[in-house]
Amino acid sequence: MDNAMIVEARGMNHWFGTGEARKQVLFDINLSLPRGSFTVLMGPSGSGKTTVLTLLGCLRGVQDGSVRLMGHELLGAGDAELAALRQRLGFIFQSHNLHESLTAMQNVIMGVQVRPGVTDDLARRAAAQALGLLGLSDRLDYLPANLSGGQKQRVAVARALVGNPAMVFADEPTAALDKDSAADVVDLLKRLGAARGTTTLLVTHDNRILDRADRILTLEDGRIVTSMDDT
Amino acid sequence: MNRLLQWLFGRLPIGWLQLTHKRGRFFAALSGVAFANVLVFVQLGIMNSMATATLRPYTFFNADIMISAADANALAEGGNVARQWMLQAFADPDVIAGTGLFIANAPLNRGDTDISLTTFGVDPGQPGFIAPQIAGDIGLLQVQDVAILDRLARGISKDEAAAIRPQTPLSFETQTRTLTALTTFAGGGGFGGDGYMFVSDQTFLSLFTSRSSSAPDHILLRLRPGADVAAVVDRLRGLISDTTLRIRSYGDAAQEDLRHQQTKRPTGIIFGFGVLIGVLVGLVIVYQVLSADVADHLREYATFKAMGYGPGFFLGIVVEEALVLGILGFLPGLAVGTAILTLMGKATSLPLAMTTGMAVTVFLGTVLFSVLSGVIATRRLAAADPADLF
Repeated sequence: MDNAMIVEARGMNHWFGTGEARKQVLFDINLSLPRGSFTVLMGPSGSGKTTVLTLLGCLRGVQDGSVRLMGHELLGAGDAELAALRQRLGFIFQSHNLHESLTAMQNVIMGVQVRPGVTDDLARRAAAQALGLLGLSDRLDYLPANLSGGQKQRVAVARALVGNPAMVFADEPTAALDKDSAADVVDLLKRLGAARGTTTLLVTHDNRILDRADRILTLEDGRIVTSMDDT
Repeated sequence: MNRLLQWLFGRLPIGWLQLTHKRGRFFAALSGVAFANVLVFVQLGIMNSMATATLRPYTFFNADIMISAADANALAEGGNVARQWMLQAFADPDVIAGTGLFIANAPLNRGDTDISLTTFGVDPGQPGFIAPQIAGDIGLLQVQDVAILDRLARGISKDEAAAIRPQTPLSFETQTRTLTALTTFAGGGGFGGDGYMFVSDQTFLSLFTSRSSSAPDHILLRLRPGADVAAVVDRLRGLISDTTLRIRSYGDAAQEDLRHQQTKRPTGIIFGFGVLIGVLVGLVIVYQVLSADVADHLREYATFKAMGYGPGFFLGIVVEEALVLGILGFLPGLAVGTAILTLMGKATSLPLAMTTGMAVTVFLGTVLFSVLSGVIATRRLAAADPADLF
């Protein structure tokens, strides 16, 4: 394994269903993501982007091939091992998935409190700092219902980054945002990620954000068809 | 509250925040738990009242051993006992005194209402068999047709009872005879009668002419100080040739009467089921609330799962919610339950009241069953698959 790579997938295949209904959705996926890189994974609906994201993000078990994440082989890893690895990752969802009864501050605290040994005071300070970096210092005690769509997604970004994760997985984070808000969120994600050395894998259909990517992978029918570096 | 719970759980009090986020639903849930508590309190109150009422007449007497007929499951139930067995019991060296106790219900017309008093016919020459609070007056019964009335009986007003003294007696008719109450004692209404009355055995036999002086309802025995009651009971069972008789220590007789009332009589069984139904209603209410809450927040829970939170964290949230519902629902349940029992006690003269034991039992039961409901509700969390979020 190349230490410069945070993710290395070799010959990854994946199926859904069983018996007659079993259908292969990923075919011989090979990819490597360098530490600190900002990678965009593109492709039409049903091409397998989200499946790749959930497999690399330890949200599903790897069925075939080899996937190494932060030096850990995911093939054969148990639920507890996957959950422990996820504590070192950050996730951003299309619909922000903030907890409706928690304030912005409390939602972000949840992103760091999952780590063992994090004190209440440290979690609060980290959450306030993360929200401050995202321009939400004056919205700490707001419930999600009282925030705009862009503000909610920025809280979600803060929640994903607050624990200084090794890697962030983002699934269509700009889909529900207007052009300005979308650019704003992606810029913040890239800037803060770069400052913290965080690797980002972002799944999107949104062509507006391609110019921010270090690398663009295109998936079609479960296969990586193009891989472009900006260098 | 937030800070207290945060300190208690060592994390954000997510359960509390979730519950209080929708206040209308939260108060409805608390009302449900409180309602179940009230159900249990009322049924427990009635059961306790039955126990108190059952055991109360036993406190009027002072005996070590009671001999009763085979079918005498309760103090005022069953056949008679031949007095000859009392004489036979005296053959045991530890038996120092014995007396016959007659019991029957006497109807009493109190103007608009008819009441029924459980009437004890006792030997006024044997005050040692009567509890100290009554024994001092028992000599008054030497006079024929004199009675000691229960001042707490239903149908006898407080003022009326307070006025009863040897100088200002109360005369009343029962069983076609006129009795004169010279004084009172503190009894109280029960499930078998509206109160109690003491008369002499001779007055009793005048009131109930079909009864015979040679066949009281029970025989009470007193033993010499320091005697082993259980050993004497065993000896008497061998000594008395009628093996169908129930020869028991006085305490055992009271407890057997109580068990009979609670497990064999319809009222006891119904009240027992009432408690069970209250518990089940509470369990279902808390389970429904928690289960619906888990279902409402599956997406959030899936998000937390994606972030790496484990099963213990989710169980903690649901148990936290269960504790909040159980504890906060208990308090209004306690207040309303106390008020209802007090009102019912006043209306019926039954010994209905909230006791510390009841409150503690119901509180612990509420918390326990709430947590149990919460643990069951967490099964739904298995449906929260973080991979479905994408």
